[in-house]
Amino acid sequence: MSLTLEQVQRIAHLARIEVSESEALATQGHLNGIFQLIEQMQAVDTRGIEPMAHAQELSQRLRADAVTEVDRRTAYQAVAPETEAGLYLVPKVIE
Amino acid sequence: MIEKSLKQLVQALAAREISSVELSTLFLDRIERFNPDINAFVTVDREKTLKKAAEADARLAAGTAGLLTGIPIAQKDIFCAEGWTTTCGSKMLANFVSPYDATVIRKMEAEAGLVSLGKTNMDEFAMGSSNETSYFGAVKNPWDTARVPGGSSGGSAAAVAARLAPAATGTDTGGSIRQPAALCNLTGLKPTYGVVSRYGMIAFASSLDQGGPMARSAEDCALLLNTMAGFDERDSTSLDRPVEDYARDLEQPLAGLKIGLPKEFFGAGCDPEVMAAVQVAIKEYEKLGATTVEVSLPNSHLSVPAYYVIAPAEASSNLSRFDGVRYGYRAPEYGNLDDMYMKTRAQGFGAEVKRRIMIGAYVLSHGYYDAYYLQAQRIRRLIANDFVEAFKACDVILGPTSPSTAFKLGEKAADPVQMYLSDIYTIAVNLAGLPGMSVPCGFAGGLPVGLQLIGNYFGEARLLNVAHRYQQATDWHLRRPDGVA
Repeated sequence: MSLTLEQVQRIAHLARIEVSESEALATQGHLNGIFQLIEQMQAVDTRGIEPMAHAQELSQRLRADAVTEVDRRTAYQAVAPETEAGLYLVPKVIE
Repeated sequence: MIEKSLKQLVQALAAREISSVELSTLFLDRIERFNPDINAFVTVDREKTLKKAAEADARLAAGTAGLLTGIPIAQKDIFCAEGWTTTCGSKMLANFVSPYDATVIRKMEAEAGLVSLGKTNMDEFAMGSSNETSYFGAVKNPWDTARVPGGSSGGSAAAVAARLAPAATGTDTGGSIRQPAALCNLTGLKPTYGVVSRYGMIAFASSLDQGGPMARSAEDCALLLNTMAGFDERDSTSLDRPVEDYARDLEQPLAGLKIGLPKEFFGAGCDPEVMAAVQVAIKEYEKLGATTVEVSLPNSHLSVPAYYVIAPAEASSNLSRFDGVRYGYRAPEYGNLDDMYMKTRAQGFGAEVKRRIMIGAYVLSHGYYDAYYLQAQRIRRLIANDFVEAFKACDVILGPTSPSTAFKLGEKAADPVQMYLSDIYTIAVNLAGLPGMSVPCGFAGGLPVGLQLIGNYFGEARLLNVAHRYQQATDWHLRRPDGVA
C-alpha cells in the first residue's frame, strides 16, 4: 500500500490539520514508511479471533444519578483562549 | 543525602536530621545548577515547592504525616497539577495552568505528603522514545550529554539519574517508563493496566496508558506505588480491588522462582553487549535460587505494527479535544471555525504528533477500519494469549528492556520507523496490560543496560521482590553518572 499526496491531504483535512504542499510531501514519505511496517499485520490469519479492545474486559461501571461535581466554571474558563459572559467564543457559524 | 533511599529519607525526616524545607532546597539548588545542561525540568517554582515543604514539616511535627511526607518528587508534565503549568511537552499546552489535580498528584501530595519539585520534560504528548519531540527541547542523558535519555518519560529519568530528585513519576504507553529507566540506570515500574488512576493524566492511548514510579531501586518503587495505586471512581477503567502493600514481599527469597526466557527476546536484533549484560543477570538469578525455562511469545514481532495502529487510533480521538476553544493554544489569525481548528492544530502540534493523529484518522476511516484497526485488535489478542501461555510455565518473564543503550541525539530523529523499533521489547506488555519493570543490570561502553522483568496480571509485589533481591546482590543500580556530583 502506498498513500498518494491527495490521500495525505485528505487525511490531514479529516484530522483538521492544515498542511502545506511541502509538509504534505514530507508526511507522505514518513507515513508510507510507517504503513510499510504496519503491513506486516496483513500476513497474519486472524479468522475467528475476537478483537481485543482493552486489557481489562470489564463492562462500564455505573454510578448513582446524583450531582457530584461543584460548579467551577470560572476556573475552567480562565484557561480558555476567548470567553464572554460565561460562553466560549468561536468564529460565527450561523449567519 | 542525595544518595539516600526513600526509606532512609523517611527516617531522616522523622528523626529531624533534616527538614523537608532543607531537603527540598538541596534538590532545588541542584536543579538550578545542573538543569541548564540536562533540560530535565520544564517548570520549577521554588516558592510553591518550599511552601508545600513547610506544610510537610508541619505535618511531621504534628504527627499527622502520611507515607512519604516531606520527600521531594519530580512529576512528569503529563499529570495535571492545580496551579502548575501542565504542558505535556507541547506548544498546544505551553500556557495551560491546570485548574485541577490529577488523582496521582492528589494522592501523592495531599495524602502521602510528597513535595513536588517541578514538572519534567517529555516527548510531546508522550509520543516518542528519545525525548526529542518535546516543544521545550531535547533532554540530555546525564551519562553522556550527547545522547538521549529515552522517552517519553525522559525528563523524569534524567532528573533522577542526575540526582536532581530522589524519585519521579512517569507514564508508559509503549515503554515510556521502562525504556528511559533502562537508558538512565534507573528502576521503573509500569503497573498492570487499571492499577493507577488515569484521571488528570493527559490521554495519549487510553487503553494502554498507565502511570508508575521511576526511582533508584525496587524498594523505592514499591513505596511510591503504595502512594499512587488505588481505585478511583473518576477513571472509568480504574480497577476496584483491595488495597495492597506493594512492599510486602520485597524480602522473600527467590529459591524456586521460575524465570521464563522468551526465545524471541534472545535472537537477532539486540546489541550483543546488551545481551551479554542480560546473560550475566540471568546467572545472578540462578545463584539466588531461580531456575530458567525457555518460553515463546510467537506473535511478539507483531507488537510494533499492531501498536502503531491502535495507539494512533486512540490518540487521534483523544487529541481531537485540542481545538483552540476551551484551553490551550489558539492560532492568532484565522477565518471561519474550520480554519481556526486547522491552523490551531497545525501550529500547536509538532511533526510526530501530527503523524500519529493522521495515521489514526486513516486507520479509523471508512473502508480501512477492518483491515487495520480490527486486524490490529485481533493481533493484540494473539499477543495477550501468548503471555497467558508463557505464564503457565513461569512466574516472571525476563529479557532486555531495550535493544540498545542510549543512542546519540539526532541519530533516529529523522526516521520514525527506526525510533519505533527501539520499543520492540516493551510494547507487547502494554498491549496485554501486564506489569513490567526495568532494572539496571550492567553497562555497555560506559552506558547503562536495563533488564526487563514482566509479571502476570497484578503481580507487582512479586516483580518488585524479584527486582529487590537482585539489587541486594548487585550494585548496578547504585552507580551514578560523573559530572553531576
